[in-house]
Amino acid sequence: MLVLNDIKSRYGRARVLHGISLHVGAGEMVALMGRNGMGKSTLMRSIIGLTPPAHGSITFAGRAIHTLPPYKIARLGIGYVPENREIFPSLTVRENMETVAADYGRVMDPYTPERVFSIFPRLRERHDHRGNELSGGEQQMLAIGRALVINPLLLLLDEATEGLAPILCEEIWQGLALLKKRSMAILMADRNIDAMLAISDRCLILEKGRVVWQAEKPFSAFTDKVRCRYLGV
Amino acid sequence: MEVKKYILPTAILCLGLLLPQLLDFFGLQYLLSLATRALIYGLAASSLNLILGYGGLVSLGHAVFMGIGGYTAGILLYHIQAGSRILGLLLPGSFWNSALIAWPLAIVLAALFALVTGLISLRTRGMHFIMITLAFAQMVYFFFTSLDAYGGSDGISLYGRNTLPGLDLDNDQVFYYLCLVILLIVLFLMHRILQARFGRAFIAGRENIVRLQALGIAPLGYQLSAYCLSGAVAGLAGALLVNQGEFVSPDILHWTRSGELMVMVLVGGMARLFGPVLGAVVLLFLEEYLAMYTDHWMVIFGPFLILVVLFGRSGLYGLLFEKGERS
Repeated sequence: MLVLNDIKSRYGRARVLHGISLHVGAGEMVALMGRNGMGKSTLMRSIIGLTPPAHGSITFAGRAIHTLPPYKIARLGIGYVPENREIFPSLTVRENMETVAADYGRVMDPYTPERVFSIFPRLRERHDHRGNELSGGEQQMLAIGRALVINPLLLLLDEATEGLAPILCEEIWQGLALLKKRSMAILMADRNIDAMLAISDRCLILEKGRVVWQAEKPFSAFTDKVRCRYLGV
Repeated sequence: MEVKKYILPTAILCLGLLLPQLLDFFGLQYLLSLATRALIYGLAASSLNLILGYGGLVSLGHAVFMGIGGYTAGILLYHIQAGSRILGLLLPGSFWNSALIAWPLAIVLAALFALVTGLISLRTRGMHFIMITLAFAQMVYFFFTSLDAYGGSDGISLYGRNTLPGLDLDNDQVFYYLCLVILLIVLFLMHRILQARFGRAFIAGRENIVRLQALGIAPLGYQLSAYCLSGAVAGLAGALLVNQGEFVSPDILHWTRSGELMVMVLVGGMARLFGPVLGAVVLLFLEEYLAMYTDHWMVIFGPFLILVVLFGRSGLYGLLFEKGERS
């Protein structure tokens, strides 16, 4: 569904991605791993068009998207949850979702703010609170919810559980498992490697802007040695 | 608690409604025209608040829309009163003198100017947007200063106001009430628009335009619509101001006017519905009273402005009405 071919991206003169090729199939969950600064966030920004690639091509559902502006890419059915959440602070929880809600993926049973509330019940309790009144975990749930109500076919999740209390992480992982069960394609990067691999179909490791290692479920090749070599943990 | 919330607004509304009678009672009739101007500037400042406060679009040329609206009404009145031709046409006064023709025309022309300039200026952000709006406004300013047919920089004096069926607009009290009603209607509509999805998306564009785009929304359409709406309201304010003062000159669209509108929004309260009206009232009355004591009234007003902006991030409105409500 999503195919990246030899993507090279840069910020000004600083080259970050050095020719990345990968694909994400329909309903597939792909885990992106790598140490800090290896290009995971840049890769996602390149896909959604915020850091358009300087070289290479990206196609989504058969259409070339690497030259499109972000809003057109989003309308083709890609939802993006950025690293720093970026909730609209003066809109309420409900407004944060209703303002952007649409059915871009033309799905059978579209996500509405109500359905997001059923995935993250905590958001329902806080539905009329402003974005700037939410805790980090609530903001994260809202960031995911806000990407869901545009009804994407593919979700890009950048550090969805960063800095959250374990109990909140658990809620988010449960929500993501549910999305996967409903056959949403997901490309995600996260520090909680074990939790991420538990629900992923494939994993890739980025190092210095290149894919250096990949494996498929059940990740028997992902040994402690690999972990130590590429991730330093 | 709920009832308490409505006491102050009701009191202020009553004051607004009874003001002409109160001024009569205390023998202060001369203040009525000042109060009317405060309402008109409140209307113009509210239109600026829409794009500046809610949309984060800092325009330093907003008076240009007042100028276009004002000159539209002024030029029509001038020709009708002189019985002269406009663009080779002799307009029947009974029809073209009507506020129902002149004011909508002022609104449409101001909105059209906003559409054209907005299409260009909204491609820029921040400092560039400030400069490009200022540049457009100054272009129009110098156009009117060099337009000798309409008095150039001296402007034109008018003899009487537009007419409105059933209302005597030459009566200052009637005109005051008309301005008050228009202001309230515009504020109500603005409130409804901001509560709707359109308004929420516009506000979200101020807070994080990149995020909004990544969620599938192109902000330009929202910003351009709001910019036109804002220009239209300012155009109406310009037409009202020219009617009120029975005079129009390029001074109405000088960039310092735009600055004053911005000060009204800042002092009153950005992104607060009634803030700019409060700001306009405070600014005009302070100017009136401080100017009695010294020509250099800005020396006093300047520090006042600095204090309000420093200590009340949502202006006087925030200081007076939002005690610890929201940040």
